[in-house]
Amino acid sequence: MQRAEQRDEVEMLALMLLIRRFEERASQQYQAQKIGGFCHLYIGQEAVVVGAVAAVRDDDYIITAYRDHGHALARGTSANACMAELFGKATGCSQGLGGSMHFFDKKNHMYGGHAIVGAHVPLAAGMAFASKYREEDRITLCFFGDGAINQGSFHEALNLIALYKLPVVLICENNLFAMGTSVKRSTSLKQIVDRTEGYDIPGDIVDGMNFREVRDKLSEIVTSIRKDPHPAFVEIRTYRYRGHSMSDPASYRTKEELEKYRLDDPIIRLRAQLTREGKLTNEQFDAFDKKAKETVLASVKFAESSPELPVEKVYNYAYFKGPIEPEWKRREGAPAPKADS
Amino acid sequence: METARGRASSKGGLVREITYRQALNEALAEELARDPNVFLMGEEVAEYHGAYKVSQGLLERFGPKRIIDTPISENGFAGLGVGAAMVGLRPIIEFMTFSFSLVAFDQVVNNAPNMFMMSGGQFNIPITFRGPNGPAHQLGATHSHATESLYANAPGLKVCTPATPRDAKGLLKTAVRDDNPVLVLEAELLYSSKGMVEPPDEELLIPLGQAEVKREGSDVSIICYAQTVPLAIAVAARLEEEDISAEIVDLRSIKPLDEVTIFNSVSKTHRAVIVEQDRPFCGVGAEVCYRIQKNIFDELDAPIMRVSQEDVPMPYNERLEKFVLPNADKLMAAAKKVCYA
Repeated sequence: MQRAEQRDEVEMLALMLLIRRFEERASQQYQAQKIGGFCHLYIGQEAVVVGAVAAVRDDDYIITAYRDHGHALARGTSANACMAELFGKATGCSQGLGGSMHFFDKKNHMYGGHAIVGAHVPLAAGMAFASKYREEDRITLCFFGDGAINQGSFHEALNLIALYKLPVVLICENNLFAMGTSVKRSTSLKQIVDRTEGYDIPGDIVDGMNFREVRDKLSEIVTSIRKDPHPAFVEIRTYRYRGHSMSDPASYRTKEELEKYRLDDPIIRLRAQLTREGKLTNEQFDAFDKKAKETVLASVKFAESSPELPVEKVYNYAYFKGPIEPEWKRREGAPAPKADS
Repeated sequence: METARGRASSKGGLVREITYRQALNEALAEELARDPNVFLMGEEVAEYHGAYKVSQGLLERFGPKRIIDTPISENGFAGLGVGAAMVGLRPIIEFMTFSFSLVAFDQVVNNAPNMFMMSGGQFNIPITFRGPNGPAHQLGATHSHATESLYANAPGLKVCTPATPRDAKGLLKTAVRDDNPVLVLEAELLYSSKGMVEPPDEELLIPLGQAEVKREGSDVSIICYAQTVPLAIAVAARLEEEDISAEIVDLRSIKPLDEVTIFNSVSKTHRAVIVEQDRPFCGVGAEVCYRIQKNIFDELDAPIMRVSQEDVPMPYNERLEKFVLPNADKLMAAAKKVCYA
């Protein structure tokens, strides 16, 4: 179960490439109307979740918000299961019942996929509470965006997490925009990390375009928490290249700003680092990229050919252990029970 | 209904007369002792012994790891409970009153009951939310909410409303063992009421979704729950003096709803009055009324009547509050009207 606390960097680069290619293909499939609802892409932010996953154990808990495709893929959910979920198919990671914003994968300790901003931060507190209650040394990684930090549930959860000394790493993926509202227009602080001072939780700022910086900071925090359970907060500064969702042309920011961040691309950066150090050749990189593209293309075929859940099965997912109200079947025209007298 | 003090239970032990509050306390203690995954969390549940003393003595017996005081953060600790339930604990979350659950509405209706569906059946939430519900005495508009119709409206939740000490104990124990989110809406005005309950060494479990005929009659079915059960019993005695024999059906669970017991009773009396403690618009009575007319229309000899609160926020003034609440005079009038008496 337990892997080395730091994973192979070349493998992590390949994982970032898989996420990038998956999201590009998801975008194309969304435009082809194969994917319904809302769809929020992770392109540009890959080093955040991959850097974090590289620093933790496979059985640590991960929970995130609605921009969750990268988190599931990083956790080990297959591209097939992710694409099938977007297509609403029974073979999806949530059987096609959750959609883009609600990816779940219990086997790989991916606890969602939560679409009400900030509402999952209390859930993370509960998961970490359970670890402490059972005297396990598992850590909960709770990802959220810069938009979540002004929600009441976030503040209530941070106080509880600090008060009960819960083993949670609070990871703010600051991509500078909550939907179309910039941090400057949403938050009364010069920097987000200062929020933690009010809760006496140690906080750090990390460059989210640099895989190694994310991984190393997270490794340091995780080592400290395993010794003695406590919370930590990291503001990871990153950037999403696409709009908030597929329907957003992102007219609230300039082309120049986007170009500036693209030049600092997390995949190009790690590739350059590894190449310079003689750990990666151009041929190897191209082979990884080709493999990622093939995997994703195959996932589209898999999703297209997968079945949907039959409609009558919907009643099996309202309550654990089946429908609680058998009378739903009786409602339309069935005979009424008669009294004896 | 138990009438004799000290009579034998079905298993041979002696039933005792205890209060509704003691019955809940016994249920909590028994479930905490039975399953180490069960814990009780809420405002003032530990050192203060509960705002209504329901958790009296539990801190001393089970310790601060399992009986946990929280800050005033309903959204936060309700969400913490849901997160803990996602990873296998069985939380009992106390709301000091269900009026305060409204600030945790997102956790109770958006996280707890939706997780099972949107994770494709991977995460069920075995959580109990409990506390006093319904108008008490001169608490004003913010503290007088009857929340049963709000919560029964959310698919994925189960809602029960015990009216007697026996039902309170049996339903709460069943709720804790249920693998879905269950709300136990206790009757604030009945905490000190007494009733006969089986001895503590006999397991008392009352299934959710089973109504109980609390009094047999032949002329009119009075369908009631929680605080309206003693009201209906008192009115039945007055109706008897006017030669009207009322049958009292205590729903006990709002969801799942026991249609069979309701239909059997109304098929016998051919007349129905629903007396509910909540508001009239989209209230519990509206649903019960729909189901009766839909299924056993031909059995009815009179239109169904509903007695509920008036459709106004609760006034503080005692005389006005009495006017707004369902009361004996309103119920008498409704029962006589359906009997054309």
